[in-house]
Amino acid sequence: MNVVAKQKQQYVTIKGTKDGLTLHLDDRCSYDDLLKEIEERLVKQAGVAPDSPLVSVHLNIGNRYLTPAQEEEVRALIRRSKNLVVDSIESNVMSKAEAREWMRKTEIVPVSRIVRSGQVLHVEGDLLLIGDVNPGGTVIAGGNIFILGALRGIAHAGYAGNKQAIIAASVMKPMQLRIGDVMNRAPDSKTDEGNEMECAYIDEHNQIVVDRLQLLMHLRPNLTRLERRM
Amino acid sequence: MGEAIVITSGKGGVGKTTTTANLGTALAILGKRVCLVDTDIGLRNLDVVLGLENRIIYDLVDVVEGRCTVQKALIKDKRFDNHLYLLPAAQTSDKSAVNPAQMKQLIEELKQEYDYVLIDCPAGIEQGYRNAVAGADEAIVVTTPEVSAVRDADRIIGLLEAEEHVKPPRLIINRIRSHMVKNGDMLDVDEIVTHLSIELLGIIADDENVIKASNRGEPIVLDPNSKASIAFRNIARRILGESVPLPPLEEEEKGLFSKIRKIFSLK
Repeated sequence: MNVVAKQKQQYVTIKGTKDGLTLHLDDRCSYDDLLKEIEERLVKQAGVAPDSPLVSVHLNIGNRYLTPAQEEEVRALIRRSKNLVVDSIESNVMSKAEAREWMRKTEIVPVSRIVRSGQVLHVEGDLLLIGDVNPGGTVIAGGNIFILGALRGIAHAGYAGNKQAIIAASVMKPMQLRIGDVMNRAPDSKTDEGNEMECAYIDEHNQIVVDRLQLLMHLRPNLTRLERRM
Repeated sequence: MGEAIVITSGKGGVGKTTTTANLGTALAILGKRVCLVDTDIGLRNLDVVLGLENRIIYDLVDVVEGRCTVQKALIKDKRFDNHLYLLPAAQTSDKSAVNPAQMKQLIEELKQEYDYVLIDCPAGIEQGYRNAVAGADEAIVVTTPEVSAVRDADRIIGLLEAEEHVKPPRLIINRIRSHMVKNGDMLDVDEIVTHLSIELLGIIADDENVIKASNRGEPIVLDPNSKASIAFRNIARRILGESVPLPPLEEEEKGLFSKIRKIFSLK
């Protein structure tokens, strides 16, 4: 009887890969059935020594959308199985709100204007500014900053802590550069050097370095959009 | 229906009041009916520069508070028969005596009567600035070739661009000393214009005669031979829509150079 029931349901499949255990949860049954099966197969399962070490598992829930509350419920349920703990949950679907948030954080925002003294331009994703940043003006981006024009003010890339972010400008004469939580300011002595087509990034010593734009393809290969998107 | 132009700069002491007085006078000479409005309440100067100080009876605050009509408060400059009028600021109150809505209404009223209403803006970006800009259709930003003045001009342009009722501001660069520019000790015109990236309305050379004229209460425009006077007249013509070419600075430098060369050759 028990065997028949198992064959009928099979909502939960356990697979071992080289990265660890993956639980595939069926995405066509009802949520309640899924919980019931998790409970039956993992929690009520006997035969695990109570002192065995914790095993982290990945959850693959296919085309099912779990609300944050439901995610929490599943995590808690699996945790009750004595030695399993959910490491990550992967789903093929996301809510519109999450998608918008994701887009906001990764899209390139084109802006055509001059950021003048006292003005602050703030975007969540990458900023593509067509125009100048004048002294006293500030641009802030969650991602990279690309400026087709002169950067003479303050630029802060990766303001949420992304140290991989870069700042590129046609004319690089900033008052200050900030990437993540690292800051750098212009030298006090003013030079008349070209400063054209340059980029700023954080090097291995955690310092902001300004160099030729062409080096970026080696330093930050994943700047290229297509590969970065997914 | 006339146009209201605010003359502003952010920084103090760059020549807003002098520019207002001279442009107003130049427009009056060109046959336009002009009204100058001093919005620097508490620190009025425009009346002094025009030499109309001792004729003030009512002022802007009196008009706004309804103690007299606009017509009564306006001072006619007799030198330009019926073409130039001044609405002086109050000296006893401060900027908060007037609000932007009242200013807008007042300027609207003046625009019915005059071809041009020039509004002299106080320094700063607070209430006084907001009052001055409230009724304006156009804006002229005055700056000098100094880094601090250009920085403030940039800030003001940013604020003006956010005002939907004001057309894109235009620029006047005041007090250029061509020999300092030549030596690289002063920002040059191109540098300032690229930096601020707004339309250049004109440049005015530094000229001691401007100070002398202001102290006498006679705008420099009345002296047809001074360089500054020609520059102001040219700017007035550009405001009227004529295309007057900018006098190239090089020429002045050449003139100066040849003068120096002359001196040397004499020795």
